[in-house]
Amino acid sequence: MPKLYSGAEIVFKCLEDQGVNIVFGYPGGAILPIYDELKNHKFVKHILVRHEQGAGHAAEGYARSSGKPGVLFVTSGPGATNTVTALTDAYMDSIPLVCITGQVPTHLIGTDAFQECDTTGITRPCTKHNWLVKNIKDLGKTIHKAFEIATTGRPGPVLVDIPKDVQFQKTSYTKYKKQKKLNGKKHNHFSQKDIDELIKLMSKSSKPIFYTGGGVINSGPKASALLRELVNTTGFPITSTLQGLGAYPGEDNQFLGMLGMHGSYEANNAMHDCDLMINIGARFDDRITGKIDEFSPKSKKVHIDIDPSSINKIVKVNLAIVGDVAEVITSTIKTIKKVKPNFAKSNKQKISKWWEKIEKWRSIKSFDFVNSTELIKPQYAVQRLYELTKNKDTYITTEVGQHQMWAAQHYKFDKPNRWMTSGGLGTMGYGLPAAVGVQVAHPNKLVIDIAGEASVLMTMQEMSTAVQYSLPIKIFILNNEYMGMVRQWQELLHDKNYSESYTAALPDFVKLAEAYGCVGIRATKPEELDDKIIEMINTDRPVIFDCVVDKEENCFPMIPSGKPHNQMLLGPKDQKENKITKKGKTLV
Amino acid sequence: MTKSRSAYSVPGKQGKLDTHIIVVWVDNEAGVLARVAGLFSSRGYSIESLAVAEVDPKLNISRITIVTTGTPQVIEQIKLQLKKLVPVHKVADFKREDKNVIFKEMALFKLVGNNSKREKALKACKKYNGVILDKTNKSVVIQITALRREIDAMSKNLKKYGLVSISRTGAVAMTRGSEVFK
Repeated sequence: MPKLYSGAEIVFKCLEDQGVNIVFGYPGGAILPIYDELKNHKFVKHILVRHEQGAGHAAEGYARSSGKPGVLFVTSGPGATNTVTALTDAYMDSIPLVCITGQVPTHLIGTDAFQECDTTGITRPCTKHNWLVKNIKDLGKTIHKAFEIATTGRPGPVLVDIPKDVQFQKTSYTKYKKQKKLNGKKHNHFSQKDIDELIKLMSKSSKPIFYTGGGVINSGPKASALLRELVNTTGFPITSTLQGLGAYPGEDNQFLGMLGMHGSYEANNAMHDCDLMINIGARFDDRITGKIDEFSPKSKKVHIDIDPSSINKIVKVNLAIVGDVAEVITSTIKTIKKVKPNFAKSNKQKISKWWEKIEKWRSIKSFDFVNSTELIKPQYAVQRLYELTKNKDTYITTEVGQHQMWAAQHYKFDKPNRWMTSGGLGTMGYGLPAAVGVQVAHPNKLVIDIAGEASVLMTMQEMSTAVQYSLPIKIFILNNEYMGMVRQWQELLHDKNYSESYTAALPDFVKLAEAYGCVGIRATKPEELDDKIIEMINTDRPVIFDCVVDKEENCFPMIPSGKPHNQMLLGPKDQKENKITKKGKTLV
Repeated sequence: MTKSRSAYSVPGKQGKLDTHIIVVWVDNEAGVLARVAGLFSSRGYSIESLAVAEVDPKLNISRITIVTTGTPQVIEQIKLQLKKLVPVHKVADFKREDKNVIFKEMALFKLVGNNSKREKALKACKKYNGVILDKTNKSVVIQITALRREIDAMSKNLKKYGLVSISRTGAVAMTRGSEVFK
């Protein structure tokens, strides 16, 4: 007779088979049998967070920086509902998470029992799939299926809800066998014909552009390497979405910077004027496209994506290639080498005019700002942070707002998986717990959360987690005392009515750091910034860095809403300031 | 356009709306109907009618038939989004005008009235395979199977014969001829 294991033991058996060695979580009544079992499974290290949302974001940070799925344990009721923001965030940004929740015993389900909630009902719209396991016999295969669904195709979060009585019940355990196909759903649907068509379009084009996104990062480090090869082989310019930063080196000359609402002038104009747009692993998000009716009107569009439902969802494309980015690029490079071995050379002449035009746009230097000797400009702070950390293989997380955009504009990434930011959902409070997760995955690397003072207060309690596990994360707060992006929109669109966007009673961040048992540093003058940043980097403990910056700085350039890509609003140096029409005001 | 000061762009031009019948084969498991219906409501797709029942007890497969309206892009999205759901095996899509597909809905009518009224009602239902399921000396329950608009017309038509209650199903669909949708 096979050995019998309890439901709680089976959870750990599954984690072991899946190669999981880090779990983020928070115990509670309905998940206690699983926590009771934790001590018997030394392969897994549990990171105790201070709030379940923190567990979710930490697991996201872990997943994004390591390429492995993030795993979390939370209890029923409030434990589960507290993770909903993180699950939704992971769903929007396609991050693989496996969330294991405790549930009240099966006989109490539906009775409004203590700490009961309809976990699978609540999380159905924010997970790829979820399960309520009522039968112990289904537990093992359900958890394995959960991992498979979270990590294959377009990745995303999944949730397994396990009633407390099922955690106690016993059954045998079957080892995991990797399935080839998942419910008849395979991921590569493209043929050589599609690749040939793509190469035909590429060789005809005189104004091409690559527009790449998070799909390249999700496809793995190999995809980034292949992308670099493809871009170099073709000589085409490349721009990236917020999520795709790092897939292509940020300092390379062919890289035009990020595109979109706060993207570079050259990237957005090139997107608007191109005759061939090759979208690799991006999804035509509304922060990217601006006004759809006038989005890149003269171009043929190619869309490479693993998710068939992304194709033609927002923008109709001329050629759709459904498949894994790495495999599509591999076939493309192979075919180019075979059919047009001199592609780069023969193409150089053809696109030289296009590059001239791009250089003209680039000469505007749209990320420039007016620096100050009195006040620290937030952009200057990010630039200095970049210069002082770029040789260290640094991992950057962010919160959401102006600081996030400045980080994306001024911090240049050279490798994938080094940039963790909440793009789709735009979750304030993401960066600090995400930094915890990144540091857990990379204990010896420098991990910095570029933060805003408003965002970071939403999940500040996770500093306590960082201290407990000696995770030397650096919280670099660009403190302007405002919800900066809200303030900016109010200034530009709501006649400077700064309704509720000023935080009148902020904590003293240096004292707060000390209260948590970490190190507090404050910089208020530009001349002291470098020394203080170096002090931060050299501190082997968690740091909260209070960087007091200009309160009224706005994030430019900006595509005023209701405008196409070629009508960007530049910074204060730009004389054509009043581009936002009354109509445009309604649209941001 | 109203000055809503909304945080997003204005909607573009809306395309022509078509009515489609979407047939979905799913694993008959807990919550599967909520997943399918939830997909429609969360993405703002309409459901005109819905019919669902297990069709293969051995393989545990249910067949869901949904009548919906949308632009060609929306219909395409509905199909692609449905195919992404884990318990979904296959998705078929038919235009309501499609001559190669049979669509049927069923309705039960309860009429209360004198004999002559009931006779007239039955006669009116004859065209749609009217079947008497229950009969008393005051009332009758008639079952018909027909197209949606025919049932709509009948519901109006029968009012004068003492129609007091209507119960009707969503549409079910099947292709004509020997072919089976794969």
